[in-house]
Amino acid sequence: MKTTVLEADAAPQAEAEPLRVTPPPAQPLPHLPPAIELESVSVRYAFEQEPILSLKEYAIRSLQGRIQHGELVALSNISLAIRPGESVGVIGPNGAGKSTLLKVMARVRRPSEGRVRVRGRVAPLMELGLGFHGELTGRENIILQGAFLGFSRKEMLQRVDRVAAFAELEPFLDVPVRTYSTGMASRLAFAVATDVDPDILLIDEVLSVGDERFRAKCHDRMMSFRERGKTFFLVSHSLGDVVVNCERALWISEGRVVMDGAPEAVTDAYHAWSQSGAATPQPQPAR
Amino acid sequence: MSAAVPPVTYDSARRGLPIVSEALALWDFRHLVSELVSRDIKVRYKRSVLGIAWTMLSPLVNMVALTIVFSEILKTQIANFPVYLLTGSLLWTFFAQGTSYAASLTVDAGDITRRIYVPRSVFVAVSVGVALVNLLLSLIPLLVIILVTRHPISAAWLFLPVAILVVTLFTAGIGLLVFTMSSRFVDVKETYLVILSTWFFLTPIFYVPAIVPEKFRWLITLNPVTHILKLFRAPIYEGRIPGARVLALSVAVALVSLAAGWLFYSRKNEDYGTRG
Repeated sequence: MKTTVLEADAAPQAEAEPLRVTPPPAQPLPHLPPAIELESVSVRYAFEQEPILSLKEYAIRSLQGRIQHGELVALSNISLAIRPGESVGVIGPNGAGKSTLLKVMARVRRPSEGRVRVRGRVAPLMELGLGFHGELTGRENIILQGAFLGFSRKEMLQRVDRVAAFAELEPFLDVPVRTYSTGMASRLAFAVATDVDPDILLIDEVLSVGDERFRAKCHDRMMSFRERGKTFFLVSHSLGDVVVNCERALWISEGRVVMDGAPEAVTDAYHAWSQSGAATPQPQPAR
Repeated sequence: MSAAVPPVTYDSARRGLPIVSEALALWDFRHLVSELVSRDIKVRYKRSVLGIAWTMLSPLVNMVALTIVFSEILKTQIANFPVYLLTGSLLWTFFAQGTSYAASLTVDAGDITRRIYVPRSVFVAVSVGVALVNLLLSLIPLLVIILVTRHPISAAWLFLPVAILVVTLFTAGIGLLVFTMSSRFVDVKETYLVILSTWFFLTPIFYVPAIVPEKFRWLITLNPVTHILKLFRAPIYEGRIPGARVLALSVAVALVSLAAGWLFYSRKNEDYGTRG
């Protein structure tokens, strides 16, 4: 509760000094190496001042010496250790670097500086239905989704029935996915991604899947992940989702960790800051 | 809480040589390559009435039209022109399709690799794989033409897998170059299509190199596809195994192409792939 008090005090003064309340998180057990470990990770995106999209333009400009390079800082010197079995929620304004943080863990983006280490099989649940093909049937898409996660056809064939059962799509397994509703497609994607039994689940804004009943089912599945000691890392704009699903929350702004602690405390502080309209330096746009 | 902590599965600091690590990554995702190839083929034919038969029919129709043009109108001197032409055009189609399709997959590749980790070379492998399936399927109409025109079939056909392997390596190399450049610059695909259409005429597909005037013949000789085409044409059209010199030259060209493509891809892919 200490954090709440500290943070409530700090938030209104955000104009004067940047928020830098970082209470120690639940310490990783000394004998267990962290599931995800970030050491002074920075991510910078290189770009040209005026984007040059064509080869022709690039050739002309580089001959004229008129290419100006710029840099965009998405994450700046983040150090973080996530225990095996910990469930962490990340909140923060748009462009704070939340997605980049997830990408660094998912190996999508290599850090410009620092080191990332991950222990265990990672299942990214970044965008539901990514790689789905409308012309293919539900069954074919389950196999294809599995292949994106590195599974062979044989391994996926054993899972098809279970995935379909969880997604409640058995009768539609052999019709093209283009005939599915958005909710059905999302259920299928969630079911595949969580069926592959990852050690670490990275989730970006996808908990609002399906109707109330299916959301409850997703929540149950998350709980069972927690019970089985799986690690998960959740990016969400829904503070409620973070409080319900996580035991630790990170508030990120401008590529830095502003606050790290119990979900209630962090979300309260974040909420207070959002309401206060306190100015902070303009966040660096992150992709 | 699980007792055993899994080993380190990803360490951004442990990289090794990109040419090696990228190759291992592609191997890890071999299942994805085969799934995407079969997805591509299924989707392409699912909605067409003729289905897979179309792959076999289209070279036939093409070949008949071109045979009429060349043998009836232009009075070509080439013996059994249909077989000569079809061997050339099948190999060319494989090469052109395998490389240009890679260029058009960069958008899909970007969508996916910006969200989950998939080595981008997967998409080049898919492009070459789809073209390879089409090549193998179009060997059936080729066989039909050969039987219809009573062209002899010799034991030299057993050499075909080697010829196909060599052209596949060559195509993969050029595909990697085009794909990597196309990931960075939007106009590469169109530019490459223009290059391809010129390249087509510099390849002895519907003519024999002998009819080309002496002063231009070096252009044909310098064209690597000319030599690789010989590998494919010799067993089918001439009924003989290609000579050691042609084989050595083609293998060398294919390996240089693959090495250059892979080197360029593994050096530039991370930068080019994460921009757009």
